[in-house]
Amino acid sequence: MARSPVDTLIRRHRLRAIELLPWLLAIGAYFVFGDYLALGSQILIMILFALSLDLVLGYAGIVTLGQSAFFGVGAYAAGIYAAHVSGEPLSGLLVGAVAAAVVGLASGLVILRTHGLTLLMLTLAVTALLAEVANKASFITGGADGLQGVDINPILGVFSFDLYSRTAYIYCLVVLFLGWLFVRRLVHSSFGRSLVGIRENTVRMHAIGSPVRRRLVTIYTIAAALAGVAGALLAQTTQFVGLTVLGFERSGEIVVMLVFGGIGRLYGAFIGATVYMIAQDTLAKLQPEFWYFWIGLLLVLIVMFARGGLLGLVDKAIRRFR
Amino acid sequence: MEALTSILFHGLAYAMILYIVSVGLSVTMGLMGFVNLAHGVFAMAGGYVTVTLMNTYAVPFATALLAAFIVVALISVVLERTLYARLYGASELDQVLFTIGLIFMSVALVRWFWGPLPQPIHLPAILSGQLDVGFRTFPMYRTFLIVVGFILIALLWFGIERTNFGAQLRAAVDNRRMAESIGIDTRRLFSLAFALGSGLAALGGGLGADILAIYPGYATEYLVYFLMVVAIGGLGSLRGPFVAALLLGFGDTACKYLVPQLGTFFVFLAMIGLLLWRPAGLFGRA
Repeated sequence: MARSPVDTLIRRHRLRAIELLPWLLAIGAYFVFGDYLALGSQILIMILFALSLDLVLGYAGIVTLGQSAFFGVGAYAAGIYAAHVSGEPLSGLLVGAVAAAVVGLASGLVILRTHGLTLLMLTLAVTALLAEVANKASFITGGADGLQGVDINPILGVFSFDLYSRTAYIYCLVVLFLGWLFVRRLVHSSFGRSLVGIRENTVRMHAIGSPVRRRLVTIYTIAAALAGVAGALLAQTTQFVGLTVLGFERSGEIVVMLVFGGIGRLYGAFIGATVYMIAQDTLAKLQPEFWYFWIGLLLVLIVMFARGGLLGLVDKAIRRFR
Repeated sequence: MEALTSILFHGLAYAMILYIVSVGLSVTMGLMGFVNLAHGVFAMAGGYVTVTLMNTYAVPFATALLAAFIVVALISVVLERTLYARLYGASELDQVLFTIGLIFMSVALVRWFWGPLPQPIHLPAILSGQLDVGFRTFPMYRTFLIVVGFILIALLWFGIERTNFGAQLRAAVDNRRMAESIGIDTRRLFSLAFALGSGLAALGGGLGADILAIYPGYATEYLVYFLMVVAIGGLGSLRGPFVAALLLGFGDTACKYLVPQLGTFFVFLAMIGLLLWRPAGLFGRA
């Protein structure tokens, strides 16, 4: 019997058992890899960051190299808030999210009128602009030395950050879980489906009366806020913000992580960021100079042979198996 | 007055380097619609070839530049035939990812062989002095850059506007399918243009080694500048990138000279404004 499209959408939205797997693994990792929780927190942060990029790049199809702009703004906003206003972490997250969302909305409103190379260029230029601001406004950002004096109070006044990153790990995990719930809800909503429509055929979406530009600006802003939260998490858990949060490498890296896992499929961010960060931690120790070479090679190979990333390969394998 | 001539002079020298490096990118993007973020890599490679030949093998500056041009043009045409060609017509994202991959690989290789520090360039004695023109002196090296820049531009314009190859190239940029249907071999044409553009970039990298320092971050740090020259100038044109390079050269120099505490902030702001005003570039067709 043929299913109606509505049924298909609802079925897709229903939570499947396998979707709990990443969370069980993450909780398990807390107990098994107690010595690596600092790395674990970084991974969770990168997953959230990659999720935000997936919304823009994977779902809405906006080719951007400027997602680190919002990560950086979130990190600096939360860091400056902690250093000068209050060390309360939850309000710090909010500050990071709002600051990034404001920048996302303002830049999205102007740059999303363009497309193609011009748009790509503008996302790069906005990031370069912000990096220059962070570099030159050293009286508040610390400039090239980085932002010092980021002291964070205990979460909810109870859970203080410890040397082994136990609190940081749980904190990042909870924030990521909430972020994931939100993103999952979003991409399965009619709004999320309309984004996929815009990605697949912008002209047709215009023709059926979809407010294309407003949709794009909306998702750009939402993704900016999410990236801002990820940046704020980094600032709070490492208690430091450096200029690299706004660098081209950061933007490139996050795209690599997402592409490596698989774009536009929600879980690519999880797999890509985890594999990338663990590989970086082990391989970069052995051959720090050559780490980027392997990443570059991998990227070229993915583009040539494995569009869809690791999850795409898994899909292919499953299809062949059946 | 003193400040103004300084800005104009240094800005012009800087603009020449930007133009020589970027003009090839404009042709690649205009001709095949290929988003080649790795173009700066060719300039970086040219810079490394030049300084290595000069510092290690004591090759004269001019010979080293020529070698850089040839070596990089050859490497680029091999890359173009084996890798780039497979992605013509692929999505923008694929091209971006592929070229970012190339950037990462080249940065690692360069760091592996030459280390992270900027490579010093020892200019020949004749270029390191000052040029006295009566009322004031100008640095010889930058004067040389401006002169070489104008010679290259003249050659380039002659090649594109007056030769058969140039006519074919212009036809292919205007309308590739039409050009193909009247018998122009656009694949071969494109390989040639790609090699030429990369060679020019290498020349720019070598020539400008004293302005844009040759170090592993070269391809990413100046990427925004090279792309901006092309995006603001307009794809596939020769004149557009020149005007854009001038704007960028003067703007950047003026900002650093007059308001060093703000750095390049205004340059980026102005560039964003320009692109919003003319999304297809100053001389591009929408």
